[in-house]
Amino acid sequence: MLTIKDLHAAVDNKAILQGLNLTIHPGEVHAIMGPNGSGKSTLGNVLAGRDGYDISGTVTYQHQDLLSLAPEVRAQAGLFLAFQYPIEIPGVSNIYLLKAALNAKRKAQGLPEVDAMDFLNSVKEKIKAVDLDQDFLYRSVNEGFSGGEKKRNELLQMLILEPSMIILDETDSGLDIDALKVVADGVNSLRSPERSFMVITHYQRLLDYIVPDFVHVLANGKIVASGGKELALKLEAQGYGWLDNA
Amino acid sequence: MNTANSELTALLNQNYQHGFVSAIEADALPPGLSEDTVRAISFKKNEPAFMLAWRLKAYRHWLTMTEPVWAHVAYPPIDYQHIVYYSAPKVKPTLNSLDEVDPELLRVYEKLGISLNEQKKLSNVAVDAVFDSISVATTFKDKLLSMGVIFCSFSEAVQKYPELVQQYLGSIVPYTDNFFAALNAAVFSDGSFVYIPKGVRCPMELSTYFRINAASTGQFERTLIIADDDAYVSYLEGCTAPMRDENQLHAAVVEIIALDRATVKYSTVQNWYPGDKDGKGGIYNFVTKRGACRGVKAKISWTQVETGSAITWKYPSVVLQGDDSVGEFYSVAVTNNYQQADTGTKMIHIGKNTSSTIISKGISAGFGQNAYRGLVRINPGATHARNYTQCDSLLMGDRCGAHTFPYIEVKNSTAQVEHEATTSKIGADQLFFCQQRGLSAEDAVNLIVNGFCREVFRELPMEFAVEAQKLLGVSLEGSVG
Ligand SMILES: Nc1ncnc2c1ncn2[C@@H]1O[C@H](COP(=O)(O)OP(=O)(O)OP(=O)(O)O)[C@@H](O)[C@H]1O
Ligand SMILES: [Mg+2]
Repeated sequence: MLTIKDLHAAVDNKAILQGLNLTIHPGEVHAIMGPNGSGKSTLGNVLAGRDGYDISGTVTYQHQDLLSLAPEVRAQAGLFLAFQYPIEIPGVSNIYLLKAALNAKRKAQGLPEVDAMDFLNSVKEKIKAVDLDQDFLYRSVNEGFSGGEKKRNELLQMLILEPSMIILDETDSGLDIDALKVVADGVNSLRSPERSFMVITHYQRLLDYIVPDFVHVLANGKIVASGGKELALKLEAQGYGWLDNA
Repeated sequence: MNTANSELTALLNQNYQHGFVSAIEADALPPGLSEDTVRAISFKKNEPAFMLAWRLKAYRHWLTMTEPVWAHVAYPPIDYQHIVYYSAPKVKPTLNSLDEVDPELLRVYEKLGISLNEQKKLSNVAVDAVFDSISVATTFKDKLLSMGVIFCSFSEAVQKYPELVQQYLGSIVPYTDNFFAALNAAVFSDGSFVYIPKGVRCPMELSTYFRINAASTGQFERTLIIADDDAYVSYLEGCTAPMRDENQLHAAVVEIIALDRATVKYSTVQNWYPGDKDGKGGIYNFVTKRGACRGVKAKISWTQVETGSAITWKYPSVVLQGDDSVGEFYSVAVTNNYQQADTGTKMIHIGKNTSSTIISKGISAGFGQNAYRGLVRINPGATHARNYTQCDSLLMGDRCGAHTFPYIEVKNSTAQVEHEATTSKIGADQLFFCQQRGLSAEDAVNLIVNGFCREVFRELPMEFAVEAQKLLGVSLEGSVG
């Protein structure tokens, strides 16, 4: 699904990612943990095509050279990033954005625009799954949403777009325990042999609900440790300090 | 700075699509302005004596005035002797049907996307088209007349309804009002005239398209709309001009009168040529628009989408005389490249329980300068008057500017006046977010800008909201979602 080789990224000559390697196969869930400022969000941004980084290395996504594609082309090809800090767009209703996004993807796949009734029905179904009121469909994108509501809204976009490679950047941060289950249910409902996840989180408790196949520790722009779920437990107990000596 | 910005720049540099020049023979006066010019215009139009007398008074008054300098705009001095004040396409003087219109002219309108033939057949819109100085065709005239609605060129109104013209002309914007209004009064050559009789709800949108075609030509049209008691009308004005290296002057005047319980909605989609990306050429749009709610519960609503012109200077205003009358101003003004806009409104509260709403959205890109200038005045007698003003600016890039000049004069303590203002930037974050959801950069910009303008667009008649979004798309990038 996704193969990252020797990935470097810098901003204004400040090196952030420094030779990162990672392979994600179809159907796998990879958790990425690591101290603040270690480069986790940068990794998500670079994969999604945000501009402003000096990049070297290679990333192959579904047999394509990912780094050569425009951000919207990556998105249309099924790469999805749930933002750590979701963005507000005043005056644009949530449902309008959802439909525009879905139609952009369908257009890229050579499909006709989604039928308005079908779309409405499916959105109403999916907004229930993230436990938001239907009013949120008609409110401006993320404007005046609480922190948790914004995160649920990111999940709603994920459920509508049904992407193949999903990157969740701290989607669990700032959520109450019920919301955590909503996130986990959302992710688990999409888990399939064809779909992969990169779950960036600081909290091992999320991994009680979304059981990862692999856990990686990102520090100083590199993966410094990888393991199974037990690695998350160890990090929770001991912090990141022991890795310096490793 | 980076690719998102360079894409943005490329999108912003899309070309003006109405920039063609048409080879139509014109009957024009030589350039220059004098009493003889004024007399010649009046003579060519076969005007009654009161019109010539009024024009001459206006001209003499204009000679005593100087160009206003308070607006936040800069331009080299205008040579008023270099302008052609009258240019009419050479066609038969009176036109009874579209079949008599010069076919080349009709092709021009088709290029503009407003085929009169089509309009006539399909839509519920009556169109009056003003080409350079002359009004060439008014569709649906007969159908409207059967209801007592008069919709015709100003020249025709002067001939057929001189008493209405004499009663109302200059009653809201007198020639003494300002420099450009005086100039307009002296030399205006045509425009539109609307009268809606008592109790009539005009069954269709009335629409005028203005087009400046000939070189060195100024356009000075004048519109007069009278809505009698309990009447309703919705009126739309659209404008385009060819691309030329020199600046051209457009100094129009619009006067609206709303009597008891009458409602007038006036919507403008202004797309005069803005000049090229280096700021060469383009229209100077110096316009005076004012409406008077003369009667009780009268309502006048201005909606404007200003995407064109090198310089825009206009303040559609409402004088709220009747008790319980309502004034509204909804505006989107876009400035890109070196465009400058100084626009806003005046709401003058005179009657009791009068209320006004001002929603202004300024979008600046490139080196564009965008100023909102608005006056809210509550006179001593205007008890329980209310105003709500919201003034938002959106900046694209960091070389443009947004400026807000609100003037609030409250002389009655029962008044409620609220003013809100925001300035925001289209952020790289918003663009990236939309692209991450699969939208192209162009669609993303459109989506964001369209969202920003939503409160104004929803005030436009349905048929024109789409057009306005398209225009906004062209002046900023592609089409607005
Ligand atoms: N555009 C930028 N300009 C300057 N520095 C940046 C930029 N983007 C990221 N950085 C820096 O790069 C480092 C990594 O940032 P990043 O957001 O990837 O960290 P993170 O691992 O997601 O942290 P957190 O756990 O706090 O979310 C930080 O030191 C950050 O300040
Ligand atoms: Mg982060």
